[in-house]
Amino acid sequence: MPRPLPRCGAGGSMEEFVQQLLNGLTVGSGYALVALGYTMVYGVLKLINFAHGDLFMLGTYLAVSMAVSCLGAGLASPWVVLPIIFLTSMGLVGVAGVLIERTAYRPLRGAGHLAPVVSALGAAVVIQNAVMLAYGANYQVFPEGLVPEARWIVAGMNIPVLRVAMLVLSLILMAILYLFIQRTTVGAAIRATSLDHDTARLMGIDINRIIMLVFLIGPALGAASGIMIGLYYRQVYFTMGWIYGLKAFTAAILGGIGNIPGAMVGGMILGLFETLAAGYISSAWKDAFAFVLLIAILVLRPTGLLGERVVEKL
Amino acid sequence: MGAVPLRKLPPGLWRGLALAAAVAYPWLVNDYWVDVMNFCGIYMLLGLSLNIIVGYAGLFNLGHAAFYAVGAYTTAILSTRFGIPSLWLLPVSALAAAAFAYVISRPIIHLRGDYLCVVTIGFGEIVRIALINNPGGLTGGVNGIIGVPRPDLGLFTVRSVDQYYYFILFFIVLFVWGMGRLERSRIGRAWTCIREDETAAEAMGIDTASLKLLAFVLGAAGAGLAGNIYATKMTLVAPEGFNFWESCVMFCIVVLGGTGSIPGVIVASLGMAALPELFREFARARMLVFGLAMVLMMIFRPQGLWPSAHWRRQVKRESGVTPMPSAGSPAQ
Repeated sequence: MPRPLPRCGAGGSMEEFVQQLLNGLTVGSGYALVALGYTMVYGVLKLINFAHGDLFMLGTYLAVSMAVSCLGAGLASPWVVLPIIFLTSMGLVGVAGVLIERTAYRPLRGAGHLAPVVSALGAAVVIQNAVMLAYGANYQVFPEGLVPEARWIVAGMNIPVLRVAMLVLSLILMAILYLFIQRTTVGAAIRATSLDHDTARLMGIDINRIIMLVFLIGPALGAASGIMIGLYYRQVYFTMGWIYGLKAFTAAILGGIGNIPGAMVGGMILGLFETLAAGYISSAWKDAFAFVLLIAILVLRPTGLLGERVVEKL
Repeated sequence: MGAVPLRKLPPGLWRGLALAAAVAYPWLVNDYWVDVMNFCGIYMLLGLSLNIIVGYAGLFNLGHAAFYAVGAYTTAILSTRFGIPSLWLLPVSALAAAAFAYVISRPIIHLRGDYLCVVTIGFGEIVRIALINNPGGLTGGVNGIIGVPRPDLGLFTVRSVDQYYYFILFFIVLFVWGMGRLERSRIGRAWTCIREDETAAEAMGIDTASLKLLAFVLGAAGAGLAGNIYATKMTLVAPEGFNFWESCVMFCIVVLGGTGSIPGVIVASLGMAALPELFREFARARMLVFGLAMVLMMIFRPQGLWPSAHWRRQVKRESGVTPMPSAGSPAQ
């Protein structure tokens, strides 16, 4: 990540603990949004989309470009600029996700397990370096004054409004996705495809369209998370997608891979765990904590916390 | 001679010619190209050792740089702190990496395919973060450790690029010879069996868990040895030399060369190290080209540049079917 989280001293006061909790939830909701992309793709294709983290990064870069050109065109109100940034960036990243599926994954369907892994890594390398070539290898910075710097003082605690807004927006997006998956016909088709391709096809579901849809929604949600992270830290970097993506993948496994509510819960737990461990144990080892948790989960409970889908022969 | 097809020539002749070319190489080019080949040689050692894990046993390991790092840091720490000659540390580094591999892979050896892949990535990252955080002041943090001594062979100290070239070539020949033997041994055949169908292997009485562990331990020992050579050649080690990208390059050398194929690893390492040098003017775009090549290779030539004999046999038997060794999905 570009800049470490503002570290609260390991004092142990109640206020600090609540601050850490809020930090953890905000970070966690970001992981959750990215984890949804991993888990949905894994659900329908049994493939780890290694390019997902880089699509997330692509979203932040597109958002920076959009923000700069919006401000350049004289649009200054955040209420106009932010929706434009979010919608265009999410849309473009969704299209990029679909393109990657078509070019790098679809030709390899049914070709064993090794080939798609290498192809996915290749796609990740391509996105990362294409962004690096297009924007240069330096940090990109969001323009000033795009988001309010306001802070709320609640019970003596200093709470940035942006942080709360990020949390609320993430929760809204997750609620929409949950309702879409659980309550609509298309959502039922996605669930059916995750369970069994052949049976789903017999029920008249166009598998390719469902996979396309998943590759549209997942990266779009990842982009939304990326933009929020970018707005919060104000700067984005072309390799940021890798480690962030890996942690989001940890969140997806934590909740039980292929399980959509699991990814949401897993993201929140990972965010809280990481923030509290960084705040109270050691911030230098922050990234290592996430991977230790990942390994512990895979060794002790490979189906994840909400592992209702039985993973056999693991 | 004209009527004899190239393929009918005895394989020993090809090997002899390749070795002769390798021995003659430093006399034909300048020091710069010898040095390029030295780096390439270290990647060959890493690729050959990873080939045991990925190619023979079919275990996805995207954290091979962790074993490489353990070897390199073992050499750097013991030689700079205790003044142990770095040549003696060659087997010590291999043993340290093997012991490390044993400890970390024991609890995860039952994981399959993608899951194993992710856990090995996790271990690779944990090792890198640990090296940066300088536990106990041992690893020197971000700057690493400097002043690793050169290996002293008794008669002379390996120092110049040409000397390193032959030093590395010796180990490559040793690895290739050893792995050729290993591949055809009882253990090697058991690995093939596990890779193709683990359940069937178990039913035939193969101790799959121990053999998978053995693949990790042997592969790690090879990487530890390569780490020792790297540390003495560079005379310094730093965490960024062992990041995920290094693991990724090693993995790609094995897969792009042809999983399980020794000549494939050699060819892919040559390509990986030499092509960027040949296309220096596209230096900024070369990673992009590399990524595209990974995707295109998997689509159009998934068997790799120089597929293993095993692969070719299978293609003959069931033409049209892709016999990519599947390590099995956890959800099968």
